Order: sequence, then C-alpha cells, then structure tokens
Amino acid sequence: MSDTTPNPVVDERIKAEPLISRLMKRPELGAIAGVVLVTAFFLITADSAMFTTAGIINFLTPAAQLGILAIGAAMLMIGGEFDLSIGSMVAFAGLFFGICVMVWGFPLIVAIPLTFVFAAFVGAINGMIVIRSGLPSFIVTLAFLFILRGLSLVGLKWASGGSTQLRGVRDATENDWLAPFFSGDAFPGLFAWLAEKGLVETFKNGTPKVSGMPVEILWFVVLALVATYILLRTPAGNWIFAAGGDSNAASNSGVPVNRIKISLFMVTACCAALVAIITVIDAGSTDARRGFQKEFEAIIAAVIGGCLLTGGYGSAIGAFFGSIIFGMVVIGLTYTDFDQDWFQVFLGGMLLIAVLFNNAIRKRVTGER
Amino acid sequence: MTEDSKFHHGDSDNNAAPIVQMKDIEKHFGNIIALAGVSFDIRPGECHCLLGDNGAGKSTFIKTMSGVHQPTHGEILFEGKPMSFATPRDSMEAGIATVFQDLAMIPLMSVSRNFFMGREPTKGKGLTKRFDIDTANEITMSEMRKMGINLRGPDQAVGTLSGGERQTVAIARAVYFGAKVLILDEPTSALGVRQTSNVLATIDKVRSQGVGVVFISHNVRHALAVGDRFTVLNRGKTLGTAKRGEITPEELQDLMAGGQELAQLEGSLGGTI
Ligand SMILES: Nc1ncnc2c1ncn2[C@@H]1O[C@H](COP(=O)(O)OP(=O)(O)OP(=O)(O)O)[C@@H](O)[C@H]1O
Ligand SMILES: [Mg+2]
Repeated sequence: MSDTTPNPVVDERIKAEPLISRLMKRPELGAIAGVVLVTAFFLITADSAMFTTAGIINFLTPAAQLGILAIGAAMLMIGGEFDLSIGSMVAFAGLFFGICVMVWGFPLIVAIPLTFVFAAFVGAINGMIVIRSGLPSFIVTLAFLFILRGLSLVGLKWASGGSTQLRGVRDATENDWLAPFFSGDAFPGLFAWLAEKGLVETFKNGTPKVSGMPVEILWFVVLALVATYILLRTPAGNWIFAAGGDSNAASNSGVPVNRIKISLFMVTACCAALVAIITVIDAGSTDARRGFQKEFEAIIAAVIGGCLLTGGYGSAIGAFFGSIIFGMVVIGLTYTDFDQDWFQVFLGGMLLIAVLFNNAIRKRVTGER
Repeated sequence: MTEDSKFHHGDSDNNAAPIVQMKDIEKHFGNIIALAGVSFDIRPGECHCLLGDNGAGKSTFIKTMSGVHQPTHGEILFEGKPMSFATPRDSMEAGIATVFQDLAMIPLMSVSRNFFMGREPTKGKGLTKRFDIDTANEITMSEMRKMGINLRGPDQAVGTLSGGERQTVAIARAVYFGAKVLILDEPTSALGVRQTSNVLATIDKVRSQGVGVVFISHNVRHALAVGDRFTVLNRGKTLGTAKRGEITPEELQDLMAGGQELAQLEGSLGGTI
C-alpha cells in the first residue's frame, strides 16, 4: 500500500475510535465480561476454597466437558446451523465406544478412531438431510435427539444383556498405552514439582492436593485454540462465516457451502464423541443418560460466547469463556449458602442477557440497518 | 470501424472464436418458463450488452452462464468444448467472474473478507497454510481506490457501506478475478455519476485486455457507450442482436420495451426517457 500512498490519507469521516468501542465489536467480549462478573460474585459470596488450585480444577473439569461440545456447537452456529442431537450423540458414541471395548475387545488405538469415524458418519447423515431437504437444522436434529437417545437405550440393553449400563470399561482400558491421553490427570510431575516449591497446596505428607491437570481441560484449551485459528486465520474459517452469513451469497461467490456445512456437522459430532470417550473411560461405564440435555447447555454457552442464532457471527474463544461461566456457576453455588437450584434461574438469566447484548452488538456491526 | 468515443476505444475482433457460446438455452422453474431458447456468445475483447424489460430473463440467463443454474435444455461451450458448470465455483475456476444483481455479499463480514470470499490468498505450506490477511487488505484497498472509492478501512463490515459502495466492492472483486469473462448484472444501478463513468471506463479497459464483458443494463446510453453488440431479450426469448453503429438509441429503446407503445409513453413523459 505504501508505494501508492506514501503517507496514507486519514479519512476525515472517521472519528478516532476509542479502544473500548473497538473492543465492543468483538463477539467474545460479553463472555469475558461475564467471567469477570461471575468471578467477582463468587469471590464475595463463596468460600475461599473455590479459588484454590483444587477448587479451580473442580469447576474447570465440568466446564471443559461442556466446552468441548460448546466449541463444536459454536462453529456450527457460525456456519448457520444447529445441532440439537449432540447430547444424545454423547450417549450414542459412548455406547459405540463401549461396545468396541467390551463386546469386540478392541484396544483403544482401534476403538477410539473407530468411534470418531462412526460419530462423523452420523454427523454427516444429519448434515446431508439438512442440506438435501433444505429444512431447518433445528427440526432435523430435534428428530435425531430422540432417535439417537432411543438407539442408545436399545443398544445398551442389547450389549449389556438387559441393563441400561455397560460396566467394566475401566478394567478393560486400564493398561492401554493410549488411555492417559483420554483419562486421568496430565503433568503429575509438574504438580509434584510445584508442590515441592510450595507453589500449590499440599497435604501434610508433602504430596500435592491436586495430582495433575485433568486431561479434558487440556483438550478443551487446545480445541479452543485450534478452532479460533481455523475461524480467523484460514480460508475454511472465512467460508464458515460466509456460509452462515448468507449461504446463497456465499455459494454464488464460490464458497463450497454444502461441503462446509456437512463438515461442521461431522466436527460437532466428533466433539460429542470426544466427550463420550473421556467420560466413559473416566467413569468406567457408559449409560443411556450420558450427555442428557447437554445440547442446550452447549448452545447456551455458545450464545453467551457471542454466537448469533442467525449464524455468520460468533467466536470459539467466546464459547470457551461461556463454558467456564457455566462450570463456575454450577460448582460455585456449592461453595456458597445459596440454594443449588438457583442455578437454573442463573442460567436462564445469563442466556437472556447474552442474547440482548449480542443483538445490540450485531446492530453496531451492521450499522443499524 | 466505428469511431472511438469516451468509453469505447477500438473495435472488437468479429472473427475471434467465442470464449463462451450458449446454444438454445432453456430454463424452467417448475411450470414457469423463464428462458425459452436463448442463444448468445461472447468473444474475447468485446462488450456484449444484454438488454430487456424487467422479468425478461436476463439475470436467469447469466446465472446459467456462471453455474448458479443448470439449463433445462441447451448447450454451453467454453472455449469450444462442451461444458457444464455444476457450481459457481466451477465457472470461477474457468475464469468467469460475475457481479450478481443482489451482489452476493455478506453484510456481517469485512470488506476484504468479502472481496476474497471463496478465493482467499494464502501463505505458508502444509499445516501452517493460512489466510494471508495483510495481502487481502492491501489488494482490497488498492482495487477500491482504482474504482474511485476511498474505503475507510478494509475491516469495515460490508453492512455498514452505502449501497453504491457495496456495489463498487462487488464490481472491483469481479474485475480483479475475471480472467476471461466478466459478467455485470446492472452494475451501475446504485452508482453516482463519477463511479458510473469509472465503471464504464473499466469495462473499456478490461475489454482492451482481451476479456469478454457481458453487460446488463436498463440504461440505453450506458449500453451504447461501451457495447460492441446488443442482444435484446423479451419474455425469455431473443428479439435479435445488433452491432455497434448499426442501431440508433431510439430503435434500441423500442426493442427493449418489446416495441410496445413507447412512442406514446415518451409523449406523455415529455421525452425524458
Ligand atoms: N428461482 C426462480 N423460481 C421461479 N421463477 C423464477 C426464478 N428466478 C426467476 N424466475 C422468473 O423468471 C423470470 C425472469 O427473471 P429474471 O430475474 O431473469 O429477470 P430479469 O430480466 O433479470 O429482470 P430485471 O430487469 O428486473 O432484473 C421472472 O418472471 C421470474 O419470476
Ligand atoms: Mg435481473
């Protein structure tokens, strides 16, 4: 640019935009503000144990399990579609994974990739039906919410011989070399070293109170970073925003909209499969209620994170913070004197505020048209 | 040889082989016959104007050329070979760029992301291959400046642009990517005087570089200023094709209105059209 205009002309029609107002246009701002507010709230009301290492890990673990789903849901929402079947998909993928391990006796190196392929396949069916029929994904995936939940029940009974739980996964995977990537704690060495230096709380005998970072938190962070990179820094990311913003315009501009949308359904289903694998290995069993109503929580976390219900706008980092808010509220209330059941009220309130906020932001970005 | 004018320099080569040849194209939407057998071709270095009343089928026709619609009947030859563009992406890859009447822009996305939508420049290799945003911003700003519009910034959302600014982004994008054929569907409908003359001059320029231009307009003066050939559509059929210099503005206008009582209309409006 500098070769044509040695000193770039400053357009006299632009007011110098203060940092605040520029930040206001970022989709994840609301979620970050929310984290600050919720943290402040619990710093005042909750037992101080909530913000010790153990306490933080305590609320980050459910946040991570939800967040993995929410990041997938956010990408899909930016691409202009919904998936209401992700909660059921957790149960269904968990069942498939359980069968791989327990019935077929596969090692994890086979069972895990197979579960992902299977989930991606189901996601592709979802996407294919939405694209081919032109129906709203809301209604198609609502059907799959019931179909997959029902299939999980039927399949569990078949695999376990009549029960709705399939046990023994822990024993079957305990000595598998791949298990540490999907269960237990990471960096035990680091935490032991930190304990030695007195940087984390320890028991009387000197072992750290927290033996490591649960692996799902690592997956959660890595996924948020990868998703953000894809959305903001790759052509595929541009296509996702375009497909969600106006699929007809995007397609006329040469964006392979159908391919993008089907891939997003597959990614979302794989996120559900990842949560299924992690929780099934951790719990040692799978049951038909796994992932129950998680689709709503994931969509709420994505919306708190700045995703517009109409598509084309949002952020994975926002969904990341949205999930953390979630985890903090669920677990945080147990550290306070409040009744646990305030959780639902809180959740609905957050959702409402987030939607109002996002709506205002969108008007700002599109110039109130 | 026609006389050079402000927006038309040098004649196109009448014997050059056409880049795109559309033969007897029909397009039906359910029971609606939007196109009932239209033939059309576009040669390198010419501006072929497509004219006609509202609903004549102009937009539908160019959409079959750019891969949005597949013709119900008829044949499309691209550089002499039969070709069917299954998607707009296919036609783009062949070197055809289109400014659609609805512009095909995403209001929530920035100008430069819109400019390169579907054809993002990348840097790096393998896993680090990424969207080169700086290059995209730079090209967008300089292309827009060439069209006579000084953008406030490449990251401004398209939804906040004025109608004409938005139209200019779409034109600049198509000019930048239209390697062989440039299709413009009423590109000047929202433009100011200066931007319109810029667009007409741009058509003249890309024409002289050997690009074939398909120009749809309702404005006879604009069409006559840049066109080499003029094809008039009416109710899904061609009324005929005229060459530059062989048709008067009045004749063209009569044809465009389907030859109907335009004289009478003109009388009642005091000769303003
Ligand atoms: N997707 C569609 N489904 C049904 N009918 C259609 C469709 N697209 C176009 N048509 C019909 O085809 C006819 C031609 O439309 P088209 O948009 O090509 O007209 P046009 O010549 O571009 O008009 P204008 O000058 O107003 O832009 C119209 O009668 C329109 O109703
Ligand atoms: Mg039209």
